[in-house]
Amino acid sequence: MRATTDLDGLGLDQGGHLLIGHALAGLRPGDELTVTGHHPALGTHLAAWCRDNGHRFDDGGGVDGGPGPGPAKLVITKGAADEQRWAGASRAGTANGPPRARADPRWGLAARGALVEAGGPPIGAEWTEREHVWADIAPRLYAAAAASQWDPATAVDWSAAADVPPPVERAVVQIMTYLVENEQAALIIPARLLSQLHPHFREVMQLLASQAADEARHVEVFSRRGMASGGPLGTSSAGGRASLQTLLGEPDFTTASFLLSVLGEGTFLDLLRFVHEHAPDPVTADVTRLALRDEARHVAFGVAHTAHLTRADPSYLGTLRLAVERRHAALADTAGLNAEVFDALVLLAAGSWQPAAIGRGWQAVQELRRRMDEGRRRRLAFVGFPDDEAAALSALHTRNFM
Amino acid sequence: MTLVLGAVAYDPKVVAIWDGFRAWLRGRGLDFDYVLYSNYERQVEELLAGRIGVAWNSPLAWVRARRLAAASGVALTPVTMRDTDQDLRSLVVVRDDHPAGSLADLRGRFVGTGAVDSPQATLLPLSLLRAAGLRPEPDPRADTRVRRFDVGVGLHGDHIGGEREAARALLAADPADRVDAACMIDSNLLLFAREGTLPAGSVRVLARTDPYDHCTMTAGPGASEAAVTTFAQLLLGMDYADPALRPLLDLEGLKQWQPPRLSGYAQLERAVDESGFYDATGQIGARDYRP
Repeated sequence: MRATTDLDGLGLDQGGHLLIGHALAGLRPGDELTVTGHHPALGTHLAAWCRDNGHRFDDGGGVDGGPGPGPAKLVITKGAADEQRWAGASRAGTANGPPRARADPRWGLAARGALVEAGGPPIGAEWTEREHVWADIAPRLYAAAAASQWDPATAVDWSAAADVPPPVERAVVQIMTYLVENEQAALIIPARLLSQLHPHFREVMQLLASQAADEARHVEVFSRRGMASGGPLGTSSAGGRASLQTLLGEPDFTTASFLLSVLGEGTFLDLLRFVHEHAPDPVTADVTRLALRDEARHVAFGVAHTAHLTRADPSYLGTLRLAVERRHAALADTAGLNAEVFDALVLLAAGSWQPAAIGRGWQAVQELRRRMDEGRRRRLAFVGFPDDEAAALSALHTRNFM
Repeated sequence: MTLVLGAVAYDPKVVAIWDGFRAWLRGRGLDFDYVLYSNYERQVEELLAGRIGVAWNSPLAWVRARRLAAASGVALTPVTMRDTDQDLRSLVVVRDDHPAGSLADLRGRFVGTGAVDSPQATLLPLSLLRAAGLRPEPDPRADTRVRRFDVGVGLHGDHIGGEREAARALLAADPADRVDAACMIDSNLLLFAREGTLPAGSVRVLARTDPYDHCTMTAGPGASEAAVTTFAQLLLGMDYADPALRPLLDLEGLKQWQPPRLSGYAQLERAVDESGFYDATGQIGARDYRP
């Protein structure tokens, strides 16, 4: 096959090689391409370019198009290098379709659906099986997350009047201190999972990234509310930190997602709603409302993913049960919830140190714990546990809530 | 017996290339290793002394090896070369607005070259000037000034730093630093345009050499014939479609190893004789050459 391309006055030092590459792309190795043009160094350029790119070029022993006037008509014989480069290439799944059941580590960082040249380093991602990371709702949840991002500087009216009685303010500060600690754990876990996830599961990767970004904002707004009255922050208990740290060490994607999002953040939905309902000032109400909206998405993915896996592999329920029991055993010797946090929740709901108010606050916190248990049991049932097992596992959940 | 190859460490990538090739060759049963030299003169001497079996030689190193071997009665065997080592040309380039219309117009002017031992950017283009009737420095009766950019001396021009400096001097802002013409290999004309050293349209080609060949793999008395044969067969069989080899071939700058040919070094032999760079027995004659 013979083809022709005209470079006019363009040299290969001005992009002329793009036209040649474009013309060669339609040819087979051994086919000839006639190049015409009147750049004075065209022959010199072509000789060097063809040699470097594996094409044959015969300049006729001096018919250069180089020094000397007049248009040149030069012939390239296409080499095999381009075909050889792409001979072993394969598609990394399909761009619009669902991800493949197994993501090939050799696809590396290639976009889903890209034509991947063979070779290059395989990605060291640990999570390459779709069933172990996926949920069909992930693309929609990511879209919702992207549409729901808020700016801490403007979404909260930081100038709102805060005439909070000092004892209640101390309770709010203690709760905020505790929330920051929990949000930091909730930021690190998706970030860690993300680092080991094969990027073929693009929507899960995006969702985990937005989850980490959500938690970063939560850390900011809770810190800012905790410091708003100018006093020192509250306490951090050894037992609370021990409870959170057991989450950081969980090596399995689904188990980590289950413990953090289904049980921990699921429980937190009720906690944030409680603080929001009893908020003594607009800022506290705002920051808990905004965080609650984000956390609901995190819980939705955790529940959907866990259910996705347990429906494909019901035996995985046993793995999850063991994880809850193992965590309970590991925490058996710790105090769990910071007593100061529990007291602060009571005082927040009470609004004062009046005995009658404290009594109401106490009742409100008991009701909160009942609602938390009920929510956990509902979510455990949704992911596949029978009701009695769901009740037993809910009871083993950490006293630290998260 | 291990077949030991010598290569010159003109760039850190040489380690990656030969580490990769070594693993590939060993995986196919060849007992192979390599050593690196800081300059080609040492490598050639070690090849002739049998301390390495094969040398990955620059064209100038081949010329010297051939001369040393002929003088001492030692047999050398050409092994292979890259597809990109065949039919290169060197260019003499001037600014687009320079009045010179031919090489003769460079008489009395400054020509910038690469390092003293660069075949492509010094020895061959200066020979082209002589063929045009000029007498470039250091000829005692010189009529053409030469400004040499000695970067990477001993690397036979593999380090293109000197060539690039000569190209830069074409467009130097200060007339005292400027040269009228610069010498370079054809592919570097494109490279220097791409990287912005010589913007497109700023220069034109005044003259070019005939085609010549570049690097060549040479076996010496330290290698067994069987090992050299296996080595050559394995190199010639390297397939650019192999994803394990392709990055190494890209680094080394080839698509396919070719059978060797020795017909492409006559110009360089002549240039070496004219300049006295080596004598007929391969001894270094260039007085200001300190590899």
